[in-house]
Amino acid sequence: MNKGDELQNTNDKDISANKQNSKVVKKLVLIVFGMFGFGFALVPLYDVFCDITGLNGKTSTTAATYNVEQVDTKRVVTVQFISRTAQGIPWKFEPMIREIKVHPGEVKIVKFYAKNESTRDIIGQAVPSVSPGLAAAYFQKIECFCFTQQPLKANEEVEMALQFYVDPELSEDIATITLSYTLYDVTGKVES
Amino acid sequence: MTTDVIEQDSHDEHHDDHKMKGIKRWLYTTNHKDIGTLYLWFAFIMLLTGGALAMVIRAELFQPGLQIVEPDFFNQLTTVHGLIMVFGAIMPAFTGFANWMIPMMVGAPDMALPRMNNWSFWILPFAFAILLSSFFMESGAPNFGWTFYAPLSTTYSNGSTAFFVFAVHIMGISSIMGAINIVVTIMNMRAPGMTYMKMPLFVWTFFITAYLLIAVMPVLAGVVTMLLTDTYFGTSFFNAAGGGDPVLFQHIFWFFGHPEVYIMILPAFGIVSTIIPAFARKKLFGYSSMVYATASIAILSFLVWAHHMFTTGMPLFGELFFMYCTMLIAVPTGVKVFNWVATMWRGSMSFETPMLFSIAFVILFTIGGFSGLMLALTPVDFQYHDTYFVVAHFHYVLVTGSLFSIYAGAYFWLPKWTGHMYNESLAKWHFWCSLISVNLLFFPMHFLGLAGMPRRIPDYALQFADFNKWVSIGGFAFGLSQLIFLAVVIKCIKGGEKAPAKPWDGAEGLEWTVASPAPYHTFSTPPKIED
Repeated sequence: MNKGDELQNTNDKDISANKQNSKVVKKLVLIVFGMFGFGFALVPLYDVFCDITGLNGKTSTTAATYNVEQVDTKRVVTVQFISRTAQGIPWKFEPMIREIKVHPGEVKIVKFYAKNESTRDIIGQAVPSVSPGLAAAYFQKIECFCFTQQPLKANEEVEMALQFYVDPELSEDIATITLSYTLYDVTGKVES
Repeated sequence: MTTDVIEQDSHDEHHDDHKMKGIKRWLYTTNHKDIGTLYLWFAFIMLLTGGALAMVIRAELFQPGLQIVEPDFFNQLTTVHGLIMVFGAIMPAFTGFANWMIPMMVGAPDMALPRMNNWSFWILPFAFAILLSSFFMESGAPNFGWTFYAPLSTTYSNGSTAFFVFAVHIMGISSIMGAINIVVTIMNMRAPGMTYMKMPLFVWTFFITAYLLIAVMPVLAGVVTMLLTDTYFGTSFFNAAGGGDPVLFQHIFWFFGHPEVYIMILPAFGIVSTIIPAFARKKLFGYSSMVYATASIAILSFLVWAHHMFTTGMPLFGELFFMYCTMLIAVPTGVKVFNWVATMWRGSMSFETPMLFSIAFVILFTIGGFSGLMLALTPVDFQYHDTYFVVAHFHYVLVTGSLFSIYAGAYFWLPKWTGHMYNESLAKWHFWCSLISVNLLFFPMHFLGLAGMPRRIPDYALQFADFNKWVSIGGFAFGLSQLIFLAVVIKCIKGGEKAPAKPWDGAEGLEWTVASPAPYHTFSTPPKIED
């Protein structure tokens, strides 16, 4: 074998090695982009997962229809109401009743009071959360101020209604449900 | 055969050693040894930087009350300390080892993608320049913890989020490029005859780690991107007002974060599994079980992330699932510890510094593993969560675990890198000072945590004062002890006893068949692997 052949051989080797390398690199880069996408896919996946399992105390964002056949009068469930305002929203926001005892299946209406204590118009959005989380799927809201945004002019006040029932399927272990509302300022977001 | 290789190499070196002089050599280099050296020096500088921040933290915590720094600046210190140590010190140090050793261990002339290798190192200093520059800005450095939980890093950010996000993006790109390079090198560049199950365990652990990096660093990139758009562009991934969920942040972050902790410990397993057989003068006990254990730890690491989130209000079933999966990891980890002990069993051991660090690793990493098991138990985690017990746990696994393995590896291969033996007695000083001070530093933290001292707070209740004083003294001593290492390395580079090709008589592997210091180009012709 003369020198030229040898050189040719090494070149061939280099080329085939390069080809093999780029094959592996392409696959790995594909995994990288796939995993980047997977990170974002986790966002809807998480919502679906929480929806199905009722984890995380997220309640349904749409109104429930009442279809309970029999009110379970033997059981009593205590429903507690908590409210808080997020940073930067100068509203007074609180439940008008702190606690209510209901039979599973019984429909109740409670009211929340809100007042815009600032001198500008603000749109608020209340976000509910139920504790314990597993009760979230059984806490049914027929009507709720949290389904829509609530605009309040400066110094305006409002009483907002929540109509709900507790599904009789609720586990026997749960005797108390806490419903917490956090009120956010969404004024800027609505305009844009 | 062996002598053939060496002759061939010195012959090649004579012809091909076109290295540039001065700074250009380092800027333009595509040589795996140069890049490995760059990574290792960078990691050491970052270790000292992150260490300096820790010194200020410990000085503040020396006494109860606020003495030296403002609470907000304290938060910046803990945040940047964590980020630098994780992304700047431990991970680049391991990439440095991978660059230096993997091509030599598999008998390859260089990494598979040398130009990308240059890139993946040289973007790193910019990432940390961006991160550290935020200290000098009006708003200050990131102050939301290295875990950057939303909404601390979005709604309540001090304005440093953009710097933080871009720094993390660059670090992530660097890690991903490094990992791709490692995988391609190991898959395509092994010498003929070196089958996967004949690779040194060191190479195996880096192979698996590189896959973990490729799988989870993009998820980190995704989550910081969401953070960026939430903070500056009005999206609501983690903002409940817009329909998002802050707990979702923790899920995505820990989906990255838990494999990340194995990214920082699996290479340590590889280093220690190389060193212990060398100084016990026995073959590694249970090689294939080590490979399978490493792989199972990597796979399980994707199923345990929510054990960081037991207190977020998960239902019992979820807590139990993540608790049992987490405890399952103790099985392959236990296999590894057992194998290291069995390798030492009835070996003719000698206790040079690499071995001392490795034995300390086995014992102290196991302590960190046990406190990890305690944290995995859902019922008790409610007590330990966010206390100094957690701080003690992850410093045992990351300092006496990862960092000690890095020191062990550095001493082990320094003769190969520099061509000189390091000063053994100075190295022993480094070891014993580090060993004593590191335990004084981290062991009392267990008790502080159990007694209820929360982490990331610049002040504490009076009853914690005595322990904190000793912890701080241990911290200063540990910090100073690391300067001994710097002295050892500089002395070793400048001179010292000439190192033979194989300075450790029990060592095995292709890297010992080439001269010390390793020639600039090695294995231009692949070596032959004996059966």
